[in-house]
Parts: sequence; structure tokens; C-alpha cells
Amino acid sequence: MRLILPLICLAVLAVLPLHFSDYGLGLLIGAATYVTLASAWALFSGHTHYISLATVAFYGAGAYTVAVLNEVLPYPAILLCAAVIGGTLALIVGLSTLRLRGVYFVIFSFGLAELIRQLITWYEVNVTGTLGRYIFLDITTRQIYWQMLALGAATIALTAWIMRARLGLALRVIGDDETVAAHSGVNLARVKLIAFVLSSVILTLAGAITSPRYVYVEPSIVFNPTVSFLTVIMALLGGANRLWGPALGAVPLFLVFEFLSSNFPDTYPIFLGLLFIGVVFVVPDGLISAAERLTRRGQVRA
Amino acid sequence: MSFLRIDRAVKQFGGLRAVDEVSFSLQRGEIVGLLGPNGSGKTTVINLVSGALPVTSGEIWLDGRRLTGLRCDRIARAGVARTFQLVRTLPSLSLMENVMITAVFGRSTHWGEKARRVAEDALATVGLAERASAVAGDLTYIDQKRLELARALAAEPEILLLDEWLAGLNPTELAEGVALIRRLHEGGLTILMVEHIIDAVRALCPRVVVMNSGRLIADEATEAALSDPAVVSAYLGGEVDA
Amino acid sequence: MLTTTVILGLVLGGTYALLALGLTLQYGIARIMNLAYGELTLLSAFVVVALFQGLGLSPLLTLPLVAAGGYGIGWLLYAVMMRPLVARSQGRGRLEVDSILATFGLLFLIQGGLLLAFGANFTSISYLDRGVTVLGVSVALNRLIAFGICVVVGAALVVALKTTRWGLIMRAVALTPGSAPLVGIDVNRAARQGFALGSALAAVAGASISMYQTFSATAGVVFTMKALVIVIMGGVGNVPGALAAGFGLGLIETFVATAIDPGLTLAATFAIFLLVLLWRPQGLFGARR
Repeated sequence: MRLILPLICLAVLAVLPLHFSDYGLGLLIGAATYVTLASAWALFSGHTHYISLATVAFYGAGAYTVAVLNEVLPYPAILLCAAVIGGTLALIVGLSTLRLRGVYFVIFSFGLAELIRQLITWYEVNVTGTLGRYIFLDITTRQIYWQMLALGAATIALTAWIMRARLGLALRVIGDDETVAAHSGVNLARVKLIAFVLSSVILTLAGAITSPRYVYVEPSIVFNPTVSFLTVIMALLGGANRLWGPALGAVPLFLVFEFLSSNFPDTYPIFLGLLFIGVVFVVPDGLISAAERLTRRGQVRA
Repeated sequence: MSFLRIDRAVKQFGGLRAVDEVSFSLQRGEIVGLLGPNGSGKTTVINLVSGALPVTSGEIWLDGRRLTGLRCDRIARAGVARTFQLVRTLPSLSLMENVMITAVFGRSTHWGEKARRVAEDALATVGLAERASAVAGDLTYIDQKRLELARALAAEPEILLLDEWLAGLNPTELAEGVALIRRLHEGGLTILMVEHIIDAVRALCPRVVVMNSGRLIADEATEAALSDPAVVSAYLGGEVDA
Repeated sequence: MLTTTVILGLVLGGTYALLALGLTLQYGIARIMNLAYGELTLLSAFVVVALFQGLGLSPLLTLPLVAAGGYGIGWLLYAVMMRPLVARSQGRGRLEVDSILATFGLLFLIQGGLLLAFGANFTSISYLDRGVTVLGVSVALNRLIAFGICVVVGAALVVALKTTRWGLIMRAVALTPGSAPLVGIDVNRAARQGFALGSALAAVAGASISMYQTFSATAGVVFTMKALVIVIMGGVGNVPGALAAGFGLGLIETFVATAIDPGLTLAATFAIFLLVLLWRPQGLFGARR
């Protein structure tokens, strides 16, 4: 029963592009991408409260993998490469950094994305001599949408499964108190690493799948830190520790930001700023929790 | 052969030697009080045994197994469970989940129905069975202490380390707490308890070890220790006349 | 060649040191990691430039003005925005995440305001832009003045923290916020002062940056990152450490830019930062706990 509603929704979403214009399809892809990014981000950060700003490091790595390999390998092999690269990167980063906590982790993850961008830029300018790359793949916009929809659905399904498994319980314990977690027998490093790698592989794949939309790729485009910030605020708005929270935050915010960036590009950062502050002060646990609290209060009064 | 054996354990914090060549051991099923004035290194000893801090030198053994150098999750899975001096519950989890985690991630790695049953039993032991689905953040102080003990018990431990678990209780709660610890001991559990409440120590522990300024100054029967001039002067802050 | 690098590096390092001092005060005393710190610096730099271009006011004259303004803004920010978060968290770990997200919001808010007011173009002014010879190396006078400001303000702060009663209170709160109230210290007040003073230092650093650097409304993050690198290298709350690390970073950047590749300076900063975080998160000069 709990499966039927999501499956119907998925089916409806899957046939939508048959009735949409190119512009509408573009919006659908964007929304699906951010649902995937926010859900994948929350898979690691939602319960552990490790606020990662490295989202774009993996997203960009995925896009760059496609940009570099798109004329060399068949498409499925490229996706596989992207997943392996994302996973390896996450493993290295995770092994060295997951003992950092709080603000150190936040800053580290942000610095990591910037470092990768700087290094790729430097490498492209000085070694290969080409700052930009083109992606020519024989993929239709609809196919991109379907792939992203599938990845998003898989992310949410994976999250649902993890939250009912030992791994999910361990992540929640870590989010509340790492010392208690360790003294209860939780292998902190392993649990955090597994979740971080899973999350990062999905982020990388999302970057790879969406990359043909860019056609022209350069570091400042695919490693744009705004992607990381948007992902964080979307997940937090809906409720990063809820299964549907990130998706709930991602869809409306993506549409709002899309509208703002085409109509009021200058006020865009102000809106983003107000949103962050608003979430912290008004709905610190996300919209889903806030709605639940409201209905509970209504019931008590009635 | 002793069950828990602490062998010349040293813990150095910068220039401070918080634990200085401390050695003592516990037999299986024994209950021992760890006494000493504030800052004498008792909690540090608990932290060394549970792996919260690595020893600077020395060794710690449990049932013939070397604990020295193991991470605290490995030590927990080896059968060491503890409570904390400043209560640590998991505020966003339910009581059931709070307690279940040691059953799930501890030495017996239960899951599903079995883990629930172990957690229910532990909650019942401390008298919180009816509130299993409440959220831990809403508990009173004494109930948080109970919850912490239940979590330690759900690990089905070989040895239980209590760090001032009785502190801050009112006289009625204290009597209940003492009775509860006694029941656990009678059920065969080995217990090492840091405690300031001397009456409780008298009631529960036939033997105590006493620390002062990081050193072990007594390891003997409780009554003898409490009248030992070295112990008395340590508590009263005087110098020991040798 | 080497002397040039060293002198230019030290001059740049002076600004960095000042930049980091403010952040280390905010984080050390108020326990708030202010990710909008660089934006406050930029705000001050833009104000100095606007006053210079609009009214012809010399940056040296506007300096005390923006410093006072920075103090006021910091005071307000703490009272209105941070204090409620501190009160809400009640000593639990929540404060860290909350303050990170709130100052993120502030970052974008100020950045958006700067973009609206001053546009996205690079800005610079030519103020006292003539060469002065120091030890055989020609250094622009504006850089030397900026360096002088940093040395004077930095030294004054170090002395004040070491010798005054106020400094003692600040150090007490930085060391043990939990037991400071036991000796009659108003921790909330001290935190607010620390935060405000940090913002004032950010403003002074911004003013000195405006005298010789080119900057744009989106460059705040880079300043925050550099200040953070220095704070972490020096050890959180460690004022002499921040000064030393600030000069160190200035030297390293200048060295990388002249000897290796100017395109790698930012990458070098991040690389150092990541290495320090991993190798000695307690700072290069802090004691290992």
C-alpha cells in the first residue's frame, strides 16, 4: 500500500514529457535534478548533521567525466566511469576528513570543491590548453529526463531502505551523539564512509546525466558553488531527516529560483539569504515537521 | 585469573598525569567501588577502560583479551558497557531506539524482533517499559539516568562501568537505584562504579579502590578503606603522614 | 628576487593577519563561526571606495568611521541574530549548525545588497599609488600604509588583550565560557563585544584592502576562506598565532605567485588549508590535546 502511491506518481511523472514543450521539459529536468541532489545530500547529511558543501565537487566531477570521455567511450561505460570516479573521490575524501566535525567539515567540503575547480582550470589551461569542452552525445532531452527521474526515484527508494536498516539507525545515533554511538559499538568511520560514498556516487551520476544539457562545459559552469548552496537549503527547507523532505523542498525552490534568475537576476542572492535565515529561525526542522506540529496542536485544541 | 585487569595504566594530558601507574583488577561477578576526591582521575580510569581515551602506557585486559589500543566501538563489542558522568541520551530518538542501539551494534548484533525484546527487557528492568515510544528529549533527569542504564544493559555486557550514576538522585530514588544495582549484581554482572555517595558504596560494594591525584592509594575491603588514614586525609585534603 | 618576495609577502600578510584577527575574536569569544565575515570586509571596502569617489574623502579619514560602523553592525548582528540562536540551543550542539546556516544567509544577503548597490564589476581606486623604496625593493605607498594600519591595530589588540581588565575578561570567556559566570563575568555581554570588535576589525581590514587591491562584490567568500585558513593555522582564539599565520600565508601566496604560477595561488591557499585541517586541526601553535 505504501508503495502504490509513489509508483503511481512515478508513472505519471514518466509520461509527462510526452505532453510538454521543450521549455516545460527543461523545467522538469531541472526539478528532477535538484530532487535527486537534495535527496542524495540528505542521505548522508540529513541525519548526521554533517553539512557538506562538496555537492558540486561530485556533480562537477560527473559532468567533467562525460565532457572528457564523451567521444571515447560508449555512454553506459561513461556513466560507469563517473560512478567509479565519484566513489573513489568520496572514499579518499571521506577517509581523510570524516573525523572533522561541525564548521571544520563545512569549510573543508567547500574548500574541496573550490580546490578541484582551481586544479582542473589550471590543468586545462596549462596542460591541455583547452578551457572549455563540448559534449556531443546522441541523447534526447526526454531520455535525460527519464534517466534523472529514475536516479531520483532510486535515491529515495535507497534512502527509505537505509532508514529501515541498521545503517539508518547508526546514522541517526551519530547525528545525536557520536560518543554514545561509539560506546554502543557503532563503527563511526565505516558508517559515515558508507553513507558518504553512496551519497557522492549519486551526486556524481546526477552531474553526468545532466551534463549533455550544457553542451559546452568549463570548470566555472559545472563547479558553480551555488549548486551546493541550493542543494543544502532545499533539503533543509523540506526537512533533511525526512524521506520526502528534500524532494518537497527542491521542487518549489527550483521553480522560484528559475523564475528569479530569469526575471530578477540581481535580487537572487538576497532571496537566497533570506531563505537561509528564514529556515533557521522559522522552520529549523523543515516544513514537514512544522506541518506535523501544527496539525498536532490543532488536534489538541479540538 | 582476574576478569578485568588494569596494569600500570598511565594517562598523561600535557604536563598533567591524570592517571599514574594505576593497577587493580576485578573478579568475574564482583562489584567494586572506585572512590577518590574530585579530580583524582576516577572518570579518566573509566574512560581508559571504555576506550574513550587511549592510555599513554600500561595495559588493560578483559577476560584474557587485550583492550589496550582498541577503538571504543571494538571495546563496546568486547562486552564493556558504561554510563556517563554527565548524562548522554539521544534526544531525537525514542526510548526504545535509545536502548536498542547497544543491542543492535553491540556484541550480540541483534536486529528486528530480537533487538526489540532485549531493549524492552532493559527498559522494564529500569522501570521505563510503559514509555518506550516517548522521545528521550522530553525525559526528566532521573529518567534520563535510567534510560542510560537501560542502554548499557541492552548491550548484554560482560562488565558495567557506572560513572556517578547515583549522583543527583533524591533519597527515594537513591534507595531504588541502590536496589536496582544490587539486583544487577546478583544477576551475575561485574560492576565497577565511580561513586561519591559513601552510604551507597557501603551498601553495595564489599571492596573499593581509592585514588588520589592520579595514584591508587587503597585497594581493600570497604570498611577498612574508609577508616584508612591515607584515604581519610585524601578526602579531607590533608597531607599523609607516612 | 627573494627580498622582493619576502617584502611583498609580508605586506600582503599584514592585511591577512588583520583579517584573521577579527574572525578569531568572533569564533574564539562569541563561539560563532561567521561565514559572512568576508562580506562585512567587502562592505567596508565598498563604503570606503564610494566615499572616496563620491565625496573625495581620503580612505585614511574614513577608516575610523568604517571601524565604528563595523562595531555597530557587529553589535546589532549579535544582539538580533546570534543571541536568539545561542539562547535556543541551551548549550547543545545545535548552535553550531544554526550559526553556520544563519551566517550563510547573511553572506548571501550582504552579497546581494552589494551587487544591487555597486554592480558585479571589479572595483579599485588609485590612492597614493606611488613607489617607495624599502630595502632596495619598490613597494607602493598605499600598500605600506595598509601594512602600517595592520601592524598598529594588531599590536594594539594584542597589548589590550594581555594587559587590560577587559582583555582578561575576553580571554577568560574564550578559555572557559562555562565557568566565567562563576566569577561574575557577563558572558553574553563579552560575546557581543567580541563579535562587534571582530566586525570592526573586518571593517578596518576591508578599508586597508580597498586602498591597494582590486575586488568585486562576489569576492567575500575568498576573504572568509583566507581568514579561516589563518585562524585554523594559528589556532582558534590564539591572537599571536593568527598574526604569525597571517604573515605566513602572505609569504606563501606571494612565493607561489612569483615562483610557480599566479594561477595557482588560490589553489595553494586551499591546499594549505586542507593540509592544516587534516594534519593539525588544533592549529600549528596549539598544544595537542
